[in-house]
Amino acid sequence: MKTVYVDNAATTAMCDEAVKAMVECMSSAYGNASSLHHIGQEAAEVLFAARQDVADCLNADVNEIYFTSGGTEADNWAIRNAARLGSRKNKNHIISTAFEHHAVLHTLKKLEKEGFEVTYLEVSEDGYVTPEQVRNAIKDETCLVTIMYANNEIGTIQPVKEIGQVCRDKGVLFHTDAVQAVGHVKIDVAEQNIDMLSLSGHKFHGPKGVGALYCKKGISLMGIMQGGAQEKNKRPGTENIPALAGMAAALKKACAELDKNSAYISSLRDKIIDGILPTVPRARLNGGRDARLPGNVSFCFEGIEGESLLLYLDLKGICGSSGSACTSGSLDPSHVLLALGLPHEIAHGSLRISLSEFNTEEEADYIIEELPKVVNRLRDMSPVWERIMKEESENGLQ
Amino acid sequence: MAYSKKVMDHFENPRNLGKMDDADGVGEVGNAKCGDIMKIYLKINDGIISDVKFNTFGCASAIATSSMATELIKGQKVEDALELSNKAVVEALDGLPPAKIHCSVLAEEAVKAAIADYYTKNGIELDPAIFGSCSGGCENCDHCG
Repeated sequence: MKTVYVDNAATTAMCDEAVKAMVECMSSAYGNASSLHHIGQEAAEVLFAARQDVADCLNADVNEIYFTSGGTEADNWAIRNAARLGSRKNKNHIISTAFEHHAVLHTLKKLEKEGFEVTYLEVSEDGYVTPEQVRNAIKDETCLVTIMYANNEIGTIQPVKEIGQVCRDKGVLFHTDAVQAVGHVKIDVAEQNIDMLSLSGHKFHGPKGVGALYCKKGISLMGIMQGGAQEKNKRPGTENIPALAGMAAALKKACAELDKNSAYISSLRDKIIDGILPTVPRARLNGGRDARLPGNVSFCFEGIEGESLLLYLDLKGICGSSGSACTSGSLDPSHVLLALGLPHEIAHGSLRISLSEFNTEEEADYIIEELPKVVNRLRDMSPVWERIMKEESENGLQ
Repeated sequence: MAYSKKVMDHFENPRNLGKMDDADGVGEVGNAKCGDIMKIYLKINDGIISDVKFNTFGCASAIATSSMATELIKGQKVEDALELSNKAVVEALDGLPPAKIHCSVLAEEAVKAAIADYYTKNGIELDPAIFGSCSGGCENCDHCG
């Protein structure tokens, strides 16, 4: 059975360049970058080059990049830091959205318990927030606006530059969780008015367990642990040189090939969307089509449940994901789909297909061929679908 | 979370899947808001469940527990089918992940609801000790929180 891996928003396969960079580090540049001898200094050079590569991809300065263990740590760090700076000035209000990643949402929930007030902006039914919403929500006490660059489930890209401008006008820090966006869409932190940005290596064919925080020069950044002088005294611990070299290699490649990949991946995305929506009744695309990640397809199919859909697809070799309650380990379906205003019973039937440049036209065709069969199989055994069809025929008879 | 081979087998190849036009008892439990609904159809001859079919909206374990529950009651006396516990369904499937135990409870309740429907249609009084206060209608039930 062939494998069609279309869960690239969860994680990606590593590219050859990243693997090569990592293996080189492990076999030769194995030193501790803090050591003064030549083996240590070789590692230090790799570290510096990796930081430079990441900075270049964001149009940041090399001194504005802090390596972390991943996107979650970068999100926690950025938000905690802004909260700390805010509380010094008695500013204890934060603005975010209802459909952030849990790395952001749970950090904010914790801050609420510690006395912060958080405004969660409502998301439009097609998955966007507006700069006007941000402007209207900013108060004198606001110390941070944190809004994701692109949503992980529905792929909608937020108007980051304009939101950043509102924040600049009002003198409020702006952080964006860009984990799903970096390496997939053009990002320029200077041009887009971004103060802090989180990224994660394994979302663009780099390794897992490594990420970065961009923090604009001039913003005081607190250390999060005590230890050595690594990462400009902000994040102690011997650097994971192979991982960050692998991440930098993958990001460099992703940014160099961004236009080409983006055009190709979005053509696969559109092919799947246009291949499924007209053929499967009561299917909907979650999230608007215009400002959307090249690789994101998010459907809801009425009358079926996402986990069984996912597992029947897996039996056909197709690896996707679902925001159904059963896959989340809770009884509620994804907070992202609920934030769009979808009722629970529809949100249970969600499927996310996330593509990369490693996917082929043939794979897209295979999905278009197999997915409707699996949906029909589940609908044939669904009492919910039976009811929907009964109501439909009764309405038709009236 | 991983499913046992038996769960995956019943999910891939559900037994007794389908509907029944001339059922003697039909039970439906669960609600779409919570993400699982089970509907069980019974054909009963001389107090024996001679045929059983099911339809399920839900996750893999909801489908597998429905399938296993129908296997366990097929050919049984109605009174014996009433004894079916969710635990027996779980054991027959070689276990379920903790978060999925509620699916087996739903399967037990679906069987009871179908038998309750059969009893009601035949003028047999429902023993509250067996059927409790659950009428099988789940729209207003807060079972799943």
